[in-house]
Amino acid sequence: MAGPRISVSETSRPVLPRHAKLKYDETRKVWVILAPERVLAPDEIAVEVLQLCNGERSVGDISDQLAAKYAAPRDAILTDVIVMLQDLADKGFLTEAREKTS
Amino acid sequence: MSDVLGNPTIPPDASDSLAVLEKQRSTAETFGIPLAVLLEITHRCPLQCPYCSNPVELDRSSKELTTEEWKKVLSELAEIGVLQVHFSGGEPTARKDLVELVKHASDVGLYTNLITSAVLLTRERLSGLADAGLCHVQISFQGVEEGLADRVAGYKNGHRKKLEVAKWTRELDLPLTVNAVMHRQNLHQLPDIIQMSVDLDADRLEVANVQYYGWALKNRAALMPTVAQLDECTRIVEEARERLKGTLAIDYVVPDYYALRPKKCMGGWGRQFFNISPAGKVLPCHAAESITGLDFESVRSNHSIAWIWQNSDAFNRYRGTGWMKEPCKSCEFREIDFGGCRCQAFALTGDAANTDPACALSPLHETIFKQAEREAEGGTNRFLYRNFAGGTLESENGA
Repeated sequence: MAGPRISVSETSRPVLPRHAKLKYDETRKVWVILAPERVLAPDEIAVEVLQLCNGERSVGDISDQLAAKYAAPRDAILTDVIVMLQDLADKGFLTEAREKTS
Repeated sequence: MSDVLGNPTIPPDASDSLAVLEKQRSTAETFGIPLAVLLEITHRCPLQCPYCSNPVELDRSSKELTTEEWKKVLSELAEIGVLQVHFSGGEPTARKDLVELVKHASDVGLYTNLITSAVLLTRERLSGLADAGLCHVQISFQGVEEGLADRVAGYKNGHRKKLEVAKWTRELDLPLTVNAVMHRQNLHQLPDIIQMSVDLDADRLEVANVQYYGWALKNRAALMPTVAQLDECTRIVEEARERLKGTLAIDYVVPDYYALRPKKCMGGWGRQFFNISPAGKVLPCHAAESITGLDFESVRSNHSIAWIWQNSDAFNRYRGTGWMKEPCKSCEFREIDFGGCRCQAFALTGDAANTDPACALSPLHETIFKQAEREAEGGTNRFLYRNFAGGTLESENGA
């Protein structure tokens, strides 16, 4: 794997690995994730979550932002975000920023 | 919200893995430009694998597209909506301009895969490819130990080199796919090949049983597995998939001679795939040139690649279902497997419009199956090695 198997939690700081590229496909007018031998078609919300995954924001921060934006219950959003990201992580298309330890 | 959040789609079937978007839109009839294109940039290769997927009539280097021609092709592909390119061959690293081509592909926004035997790579060159934007490396392995692996490849010390390059690949943080072509003479090594892939820190393993066209058809008696071997292979793959979930993804291709239903070859002729040959021919499948009577257009012609895909006779000849004869024509599976593989139908029946004999409904199926079984039990192990001279028979005492 591109990294150890990760378990997504509220404190994870996920980021797409170098080999998974989120890109807007101008021809088909959809967002895609390009990965080895794969083209994934994330839906709008998944795209929004992934755009927030920069290796610095935690899953908790991301859920806060979405809860505010959509005026939706944070707990429900957090659960959904974790499920979506874990699925992506299990398939090898999500990694975690390394903890900065001194 | 969970409705909207949904999961990204990953189809289970390797042959359809790049068709997610087409499938979702169900616009098969419009034949949108494929998401990924295979670029066979050269037929030159230091290896001589007896099941090589290149045509028996190989393109000489003097016919190969130039650097500038390939760059123009890459720009055009990006412009018409292709998202990924696979640099393949022959051995793509045999071209001196590979780094330049990968750089150009990255510059025009293409996701780049390298499909390589690895034996010509140095660490410096691989690092150069990574810097040029290469996204993924696939290395072929012929076995799990050098005795057998080097004999299959007809290349000394190849296996050791591959292991080294696989290690560099991961050190450079490039994702690695191990491609293992399986046949009667190496299927017993499958459990070790799976373990080797894990040890090499690969993300994916392709367990690809030989498909019998071209070189492989000439070597069928030396390669065809027994039914028992194949059943065991399937069991091993299924067990490993479960055990290694989240660690190693395994794509699995079975030899279709032993199937009852033919494979949906290339996802259907001219539906979601094309490749470009070293000389610039735009082909519906890498074996398509084995079908005589089809005229394939070149990127050197005055037609655009998009025009060739949409309008050329070769692409339209076996597209959809209109060309079919019985038993395909009235078959309930005709839109599911599109009658199997046209190259195999041509190679085994002499007419590419016939039902692929891999299908149990083909009048030739029984004969072919029996022949495969006979060859698997009593065939010679001697290889006919692939080369530009039309093949060289392995000596009695090996290689």
